[in-house]
Amino acid sequence: MRFATAQPPQWPSPSGVPGMMRIVILALLPAILVSAWFYGPGVFFNIIVAVIAALGTEAIALRLRQKPVAATLGDGSALVAALLFAFSLPPLCPWWVTASGTVFAIGLVKHAYGGLGYNLFNPAMAGYVLVLVSFPDLMTGWPAPDIGDIDYQRPGFGATLQYCLTGRFPDALTLDAIARATTLDRVREGLGAMRTMDEIRMNPVFGDFGGAGWEWINNFVAMGGGALLLLGIIRWHIPAGVLGGLLGMASFVWLLDPEISPSPGFHLFSGGAMLGAFFIATDPVSSPTTARGRLIYGAGIGILTYVIRTWGSYADGIAFAVLLMNMTVPLIERWTRPRIYGRSA
Amino acid sequence: MSDPVVWNPQPRRPAWGVRTPRRKTLATRAPILRAPPPARVTIPLVSGAGISAQPVVVAGQSVRCGEPVATPTAAGYPCIHASIAGRVTDIGLYPVAGGSGPVPCIVIERSDGETVWDGYPAWPDSSLLPAAEIRRQISAAGIVGLGGALFPTAAKLDSAGQTPLLLLNGAECEAYISCDDMLLRERAERVVAGGRILSAAVGAELCVIAIKTDMPEARRALLDAIDAAADPRMVISTVTAKYPAGGERQLIELVFGREVPAGGRPADIGIICQNVGTAAAVADFFLDGRPLISRVITVTGSSIARPCNIEARIGTSVADLVQLAGGYTGTPERLIMGGPMMGIALADDELPISAATNCVIAATVEELGEASAELPCIRCGLCVEACPAALMPQELLTAVRDENTARLESLGISECIECGACDYSCPSHIPLTAQFRTGKRLLANAQLSRREASIARTRFEARNRRLADENRAQPENPVDADALQTLLARTRRRDPEQSD
Repeated sequence: MRFATAQPPQWPSPSGVPGMMRIVILALLPAILVSAWFYGPGVFFNIIVAVIAALGTEAIALRLRQKPVAATLGDGSALVAALLFAFSLPPLCPWWVTASGTVFAIGLVKHAYGGLGYNLFNPAMAGYVLVLVSFPDLMTGWPAPDIGDIDYQRPGFGATLQYCLTGRFPDALTLDAIARATTLDRVREGLGAMRTMDEIRMNPVFGDFGGAGWEWINNFVAMGGGALLLLGIIRWHIPAGVLGGLLGMASFVWLLDPEISPSPGFHLFSGGAMLGAFFIATDPVSSPTTARGRLIYGAGIGILTYVIRTWGSYADGIAFAVLLMNMTVPLIERWTRPRIYGRSA
Repeated sequence: MSDPVVWNPQPRRPAWGVRTPRRKTLATRAPILRAPPPARVTIPLVSGAGISAQPVVVAGQSVRCGEPVATPTAAGYPCIHASIAGRVTDIGLYPVAGGSGPVPCIVIERSDGETVWDGYPAWPDSSLLPAAEIRRQISAAGIVGLGGALFPTAAKLDSAGQTPLLLLNGAECEAYISCDDMLLRERAERVVAGGRILSAAVGAELCVIAIKTDMPEARRALLDAIDAAADPRMVISTVTAKYPAGGERQLIELVFGREVPAGGRPADIGIICQNVGTAAAVADFFLDGRPLISRVITVTGSSIARPCNIEARIGTSVADLVQLAGGYTGTPERLIMGGPMMGIALADDELPISAATNCVIAATVEELGEASAELPCIRCGLCVEACPAALMPQELLTAVRDENTARLESLGISECIECGACDYSCPSHIPLTAQFRTGKRLLANAQLSRREASIARTRFEARNRRLADENRAQPENPVDADALQTLLARTRRRDPEQSD
């Protein structure tokens, strides 16, 4: 009897990239829903624009590079990048901001460097930084979260949609009238105006640790991250590094002078700390592959995030910290290569 | 807690490796089936590093079961024995599994009534034999490593010399395979007896029999056998059931916490490793005078009617084995000799089994899993975690694709044991191990041409030296003093014109 042959191993891998991407998307979903609960339908509009732009750009880029379009689109990586980028944006955001960031992320940061697996930089964060420096005014579209005791005006579904499509609100409303400083912004400004943390925290936008609402989004992001850890999609090293680095820096400075330093808990549950630690820094392509390397990489992101938040000119530093650490990955990997079995160090 | 017969009760949990489905119980429900002699055997004469034995029979000759049919051509290499009684019908080249081409084989056709050759004495008290004599006897017994390498046991013992530690490997870590497990369950006392003889052959002070945590029956049988033997040198050790914990180097790391130096052998750190089946074969020879003519093979897979372990004569065809296990059911799509990770896919079931064949799997593609299309590496690092040699497969992959042999060398491709754990972990379905086999060939070729270049250079430099020496000894153009003077005078005359 004759049989077909193949090279060993005869047992193909049971895991797959599309499956991993699907799990990442599912793990992010609860946090997206919570974000929409607090900040309104703008969260979904951003995602819709980013997903359309990402899939379109990916298809065009693949076509130009003469690669199979349908098969590669199905790997889900462009979708994940689009989701993470859209999730980082302010909920009130005109479509061209979202689209230009996505086109840049997928077209240039990903495909110009060789597509899936070859990009040096995290596409979502590169896209975010591009729109942050290109449209600084439009990147302030954070309404106050929908929490009972915060009294202020929120745009409805129609107004949000109109703003997303045209960049204008109906009825002579302006972005300035709606947008509120994020908690990280408030801390920056407050400390800059020589107020103490206790005074700053009197404002109702502060919750138990971080910003009201924001800390809940961070909780759900952390839970999604926990699911990724349990399912073996990510390893603990990078999140531990990021959160450890941020916590270490924040605790050290806070212990020196708690009057004028935000608490370590505030740092962990504000801004993009959890998203960065579990979903962004863990992007496999742009992070190291060794266990020790991942700890170093993560710690670098945590420390840089603190440095940028505290002494830089941006309120949150995750995106810059991730891009800066992306640059060090080849070097980290070189330094942390494991000792080969049977060879001396 | 401190049981004197359990060595290293809490062995290190390996950080490397992969967990695969086990699928071993398919074939462990029935006891080992002793196969009757098949109608025909094709016995390969090659063992170890491609060295063949010299036939001592001619076509047409009748042989008895167990009679020597070929003698070794190198020290420590095994004698080959007729595995059935019958008539030698041919001595010639036949295809075998895994080989790059046909190898010399002796074909024997069964005759009625099995006559047994009893030219070997039994040594009921082999412990009285000197070590060198034990090794000579093992070579005569035709014993080779039954773990899969086919390396002659006597040659391995000879080259190891004296080692304080003997490791008997019963930790078969590949899915489906259960031949060592079943051997331990049913003949643990033979394994222990063989371990004692092998210990005497290398002067080992401790003989550790390594099994896995998922072999409780084997463990019980071994503990009983060790009890009965009352030999303080014999101990067992249980390692985690993770692939590839049964690899020689990996097992040494888990059991003894030590690493075999790169490019070295276990003997360099005072350890010699043998398969439990090899130990049982040694015991069979010393206790019964029976040379190596059979081994236990797992015949399994969802396309086998009655999966089981079979003690089969060496040279039996795979098709005969499958018949013994009830034949094929459904449509077998893949026939694997060995385990699913390192085994070879056979094109044909007429090939004979050798002493290295531990398993035959007839499987459907559905059972193994459909191979997906290859995607680019996403640097997830799962292969780095899986690699038992602590290599970085994704970096090796780029080095192979760039044909960068210097980088392949520095990244340690020679330490790759081709276990396939990286392939199994890869979400992009990159055929890494196949690429690394290519990489090893590239490196070997580069080293060969480097060696050739260095020989050519040495030869060229030697020639230049020789020519120079000849020139010095006998100048070809002796300088004519007069002609030189004339030339100089002409140059001088011309000089003033030029300075004008």
